[in-house]
Amino acid sequence: MNLTLKIWRQAGSSDKGGIHTYEVSGISQDMSFLEMLDVLNEQLNEMGEEPIAFDSDCREGICGMCSLMINGEAHGPEVTTTCQLHMRSFKDGDTITIEPWRSAAFPVIKDLVVDRSAFDRIIQSGGYISANTGSAPEANSVPVPRDNAVRAFNVATCISCGACVAACPNGSASLFLGAKITHLGELPQGQPERWSRVVDMTAQHDHEGFGGCTNIGECTAACPKEIPLDVISQLNKDLRTAMRHGH
Amino acid sequence: MAVSGLAFVGFVVGHMYGNLKAFSGHDAFNEYAHHLRELGEPLLPHMGFIWIMRVGLLVALIVHVAAAVELTRRARQARPVQYVVKKHTGAIPASRLMRWGGLTLFLFIVWHLVNFTFGKVNVQGGETDDPYNLLVDTFDVWWMTLIYLVAMAMLGAHLHHGVWSSMQTLGLTGTAEARARVKTISFAIAILIAGGFSLVPIFVLAGVID
Repeated sequence: MNLTLKIWRQAGSSDKGGIHTYEVSGISQDMSFLEMLDVLNEQLNEMGEEPIAFDSDCREGICGMCSLMINGEAHGPEVTTTCQLHMRSFKDGDTITIEPWRSAAFPVIKDLVVDRSAFDRIIQSGGYISANTGSAPEANSVPVPRDNAVRAFNVATCISCGACVAACPNGSASLFLGAKITHLGELPQGQPERWSRVVDMTAQHDHEGFGGCTNIGECTAACPKEIPLDVISQLNKDLRTAMRHGH
Repeated sequence: MAVSGLAFVGFVVGHMYGNLKAFSGHDAFNEYAHHLRELGEPLLPHMGFIWIMRVGLLVALIVHVAAAVELTRRARQARPVQYVVKKHTGAIPASRLMRWGGLTLFLFIVWHLVNFTFGKVNVQGGETDDPYNLLVDTFDVWWMTLIYLVAMAMLGAHLHHGVWSSMQTLGLTGTAEARARVKTISFAIAILIAGGFSLVPIFVLAGVID
């Protein structure tokens, strides 16, 4: 495959940045999207140019590190992460525009790499349970009803990649926030801190500069883990209950 | 946003019911309009019900606009650099029309109040103190009917996303089934209200109501 790539280049966080156009050839359909970028970077290295900076880690779709806006879609046209997107999803001769996540809360560090520590700070503000350390408790001592367990597991698949923010027209992180709130809220271990958690995490979300949710739904369409929109309803419901309880 | 929006939904349902009285003829329509002014008497003063509604709607409007401005401001700040290419996978067109559509509806409502309530403008130059005749004179003019139909299409789109969105904001769509149900209900309400309002202008223009 021969491709034309329009890639956002930005030397550093204070640089203005802009789109640069590159040609790559001899791309196999079996390559992953990141391997295709590796090929381009090899070319740039040989020509003595600065390679394109992009994030990746596990390259098996579970770590949430890779984060590219591909032709206007977070993680590209398939429901998966960028690392699990393969070049068979594109055609020979295609032009592909690659941009970083666009969010005030995710500042660009370089090229396609953004700083997503805003998500870490949201987690630090309440996305945990307080438990005594020591040996693991007996697994069956706290029974969890099946439906709650299933829902908690489903939303716990969120890998905090930030695609929901990248796709959202409002730049909101409500799907991420809702997934974390629902995950812990469904489990007995999450109950003691449930109401302070939702208030604190929402306050941190707003403080980081993420936008407000207007329930458009582009987040769930972009989510590689298919987190459903009902977690945002759960977030709102928990927030309402927490405020009624005086938090 | 959600609560003020639902107040408007309640209002348009009542308003549409009143409009459809036009199919019952001149006297029934005018009697209904007159009765609204006497509703609640003697517990309420004359025009008491009308003014309670007006004040309530004005408060809802202020809350609704303030929330919309705040959400828009936050959205702009949250994405200072725009994408070169952005697709809108997963968004229905109505959801992307909310801000411009809301502004359109606001301008329409200003004109609508000038037309029928505070200014009473008869574009044909006829009488303005008879509600039914003012209605017929207005919608006999094709471009007036067109303005109203465009506004009702915009209202339908606003309701299609707005009703569902309000339920989500109030935390009432916590399961996939509830979400599907609410989305269907939102679409039905949008069609019902936009369609119901459109009937009177269309039938006036067609000469059925005259």
